[in-house]
Amino acid sequence: MTHAQFAAFSDNAVMFASIVYALAFLAHLAEWAFVRSLPLPAVAEPVAVGAGGGLARAAARVDLADRPDAPAAAGAHGRGSDEDRELRVEKLGRIGLSLTILGCALHLAGLVGRGLGSDPIRVPWGNMYEFTLAGTFGVALMYLVLLKRYQLRWMGVLVTGFLVVILMLDQLELYQDAGPLVPALHSYWLMIHVLAAVIASGAFAVGALTLVLFLVKSRAVQRGTLQPRGYLARLPEAVALERVAYRVHAFAFPIWTFAALVAGPIWAEYAWGSYWNWDPKEVWAFITWVIYAAYLHARATAGWRGKAASIIALVGFASLLFNFVGINYFFGGGSLHSYAGG
Amino acid sequence: MSRLETGVPVPETEAGGSATQPPAPPASPPALGPVELARWAWRQLTSMRTALVLLFLLALAAVPGSVVPQRNIDAVRVRSWQDAHPSLTPVYDRLGLFDVYGSVWFSAIYILLMVSLVGCVVPRLRIYWRALRARPPQVPRHLDRLPQSRRFEVDEDPDAVLERARRVLRSRRYRVAVDGSSVSAEKGYLREAGNLLFHVSVLVVLVGFALGQLLGYKGSVITIVGQGFSNSLSQYDDFDPGSLFDPDQLSPLSFTVDDFHVSFLTSGPQMGQPTSFDAPITYRTTPGARPRHHDLAVNHPLDAGGTSVFLVGHGYAPVVTVRDGHGQVAYHGPAVFLPQDSSFASFGVVKVPDAAPEQLGFEGLFLPTYGFTMERGPFSQFPDDLDPVLSLVPYHGDLGLDDGRSQSVYTLDKSRLSTYPNTDKALGPVKRIKLSVGQTVGLPNGDGSIRFDGVRRWVKLQVSHSPGKDVALAGVLVGILGLMLSLFVRPRRAWVRVRRDGPDGGPGDGSGARPGGGRTVVELGGLDRSSGGDLSGEVDEIERLVRGDPTAPDQDPQHVEHQTQEEHA
Ligand code: HEM
Repeated sequence: MTHAQFAAFSDNAVMFASIVYALAFLAHLAEWAFVRSLPLPAVAEPVAVGAGGGLARAAARVDLADRPDAPAAAGAHGRGSDEDRELRVEKLGRIGLSLTILGCALHLAGLVGRGLGSDPIRVPWGNMYEFTLAGTFGVALMYLVLLKRYQLRWMGVLVTGFLVVILMLDQLELYQDAGPLVPALHSYWLMIHVLAAVIASGAFAVGALTLVLFLVKSRAVQRGTLQPRGYLARLPEAVALERVAYRVHAFAFPIWTFAALVAGPIWAEYAWGSYWNWDPKEVWAFITWVIYAAYLHARATAGWRGKAASIIALVGFASLLFNFVGINYFFGGGSLHSYAGG
Repeated sequence: MSRLETGVPVPETEAGGSATQPPAPPASPPALGPVELARWAWRQLTSMRTALVLLFLLALAAVPGSVVPQRNIDAVRVRSWQDAHPSLTPVYDRLGLFDVYGSVWFSAIYILLMVSLVGCVVPRLRIYWRALRARPPQVPRHLDRLPQSRRFEVDEDPDAVLERARRVLRSRRYRVAVDGSSVSAEKGYLREAGNLLFHVSVLVVLVGFALGQLLGYKGSVITIVGQGFSNSLSQYDDFDPGSLFDPDQLSPLSFTVDDFHVSFLTSGPQMGQPTSFDAPITYRTTPGARPRHHDLAVNHPLDAGGTSVFLVGHGYAPVVTVRDGHGQVAYHGPAVFLPQDSSFASFGVVKVPDAAPEQLGFEGLFLPTYGFTMERGPFSQFPDDLDPVLSLVPYHGDLGLDDGRSQSVYTLDKSRLSTYPNTDKALGPVKRIKLSVGQTVGLPNGDGSIRFDGVRRWVKLQVSHSPGKDVALAGVLVGILGLMLSLFVRPRRAWVRVRRDGPDGGPGDGSGARPGGGRTVVELGGLDRSSGGDLSGEVDEIERLVRGDPTAPDQDPQHVEHQTQEEHA
């Protein structure tokens, strides 16, 4: 295939990826819609939910006959229809997950095609459209990678919704035709730097989503407004959500440290002749790093753990996003970039 | 909130204190003498909470530097910002906002943070050293109050079970201590080591960074292709030395820029974007040394014995010849024009102080590939010099060079200069000259003429020396290693207590084996001391192994899941 064909292929792959993510989103949405009308699965098995068992596993294991409050909770539904519904919920969840995997594969194809579609071939992150494409891919990839380990399927609806919205915006608002990189970006350190940043950002995004759910759920629990059915009730226990979020952050933080404080400075040293320039994008990478370090500290400090620490991590994510847009502003615009302008 | 706090296992206090956290400081200073006050202040400073607040302050303090232009990054932008905000400038200047990262308040924050860090790390090193050699802590009295505990019975002799428990824990790489009828075990010592390593390496990075900031320098120079440079202060266009920098440290490097190549995309949507540029140079590390060659390119700097030279930009220097009113050549040579945008439309001036009877000046644009529309006026269609044109406004009068004030070579001081009126008023009130290569245009009133001889290119080079960068890099790498140990190693403690139940099935007296009747009761407790703790899997596995049978622990009716109760507390 020629470069132009690869570029066209990439555009199609990205479009299909968004469509498939949208279908995955709908499947997960239907999953949760069905759950609304279902009672909570057996309370006798909370460990499975709390300590890593996903919604689906807990739900699939329910035997309503054993439930002390089964008749009341099951309401007008017969036992058989509830079991059917549980099965359907499970099936919808699996469909959502499979579609997400398919979407992620298409997403990857889109990224690779983008790299091959430029003449000469290059890494597919050189402008705002591509950064966003790579960043969203990082979110999808990290969700799938961490899914198995931390039983994250309950996040599916949020992650796919997020991916659909951002990818659509990317294609509609930020699209740029494939083309070569400005010389400043000709460096394999760029590849390493961006790869690490994308992976870390993806994981931070997953962690931030988890923390939002944690905050919402623990608030509902605290106020006593937690409904016995529906999405929130089926989420893992607040404590378990918080723990998963911490582990995801702990996974992301060293990678971010590497991206922002090792690979970035090395590349800057080659490109600008000084490894740390206090350039706004560096400053914000540093700020993000410091805030996440504060989160890790807060989580180990009595009285900060839980809500306060979570809010710090969310502030960290906000600064990450701000910097992401900032980076694109400096590199994507081209004309603002010192190399393009001389 | 409160529910959450009780919901989260708080192992530290239950397990007899923590080695990692400094004691919480008292909330208010005790009304005591200066020594106590100082001690109180020190405890405050080295507390975790203070570290947290200081980290926040550091993040916050770094923000203005990304918003307000910074003097040591872009002095030109600082000046234009100051021109645009004359009333804010003195205030900002007072606050150090044009040099945030060198300001007193920014330094104060990170110095306090470092002091706090040292104050925090040193005692922890001591504690860690002691913990490394200490035995694992003794069995807590109430094992069943631990976040994870199990209680089960087996038929074997207590001593045999105890011995098996010891071996199981040992083979799972716990450090174990047998104490009468119980085993204490601990593992994951590397976590605290990693954490200390990380914090120490933060200091190392800072030292490396500080070395560069204090002893290093960074300067830039625009060199026209064909011309040379030798490393001395007077040669630089701008120079940013570290505060302890000594000009004698400048290495005796010298070089000539032999050539410059650039290529641009000539088609496609990104037309005009540079695809590559490089500048072959010939350099000498000392005046007597053998000349060597290097091809400077972006991402391919020259490293000459610790002094690095980078290619950071390029542009055009049109060559002009100016004759004055007497017909004398008053100026001949290239004038550096600074690119304004990616089309390399470049702005610059030509100053002709030697012209007579009046001094002459020219200001305007160099357009590497001339284009013109009625709406835009003259513009550059393409960054390469395919059809170069100079579009200049001539001035006459006094250039203001003689009053001793320093002046930028890129601007004209027009306070005592005047323009020429345009003969064709349709083209604007001011006389403007358009020149292609080889053309000569005369000035009005017989004031002279200007000829556009040709185009040369210049490169912008940055010369820098940053000592300590290896120290900083090593520090970060070691720091990441420590960080990973700190985040991924899970320090754990486990205890096993074994006793014989009375023959009647009632609780035994805990005195250990009583051969003959009853069963052996095994109590097992686990504590995860990392903050991500969930130990149930590990404890299940230990239980299975201590039982000495492969059946799943879930099938035991006595199985107690405290995790469950906790999370529903
Ligand atoms: C430049 C300043 C600092 C940075 C960047 C920093 C960074 C970090 C990071 C990233 C962690 C997480 C590792 C983990 O959770 O195991 C951590 C943990 C820790 N830091 Fe710092 N730190 C700094 C200063 C301090 C200071 C001043 C103290 C003293 C009060 C301190 C005490 C601790 C302690 C006790 C932990 C372990 C927390 C735990 O048990 O999880 N740090 N630090």
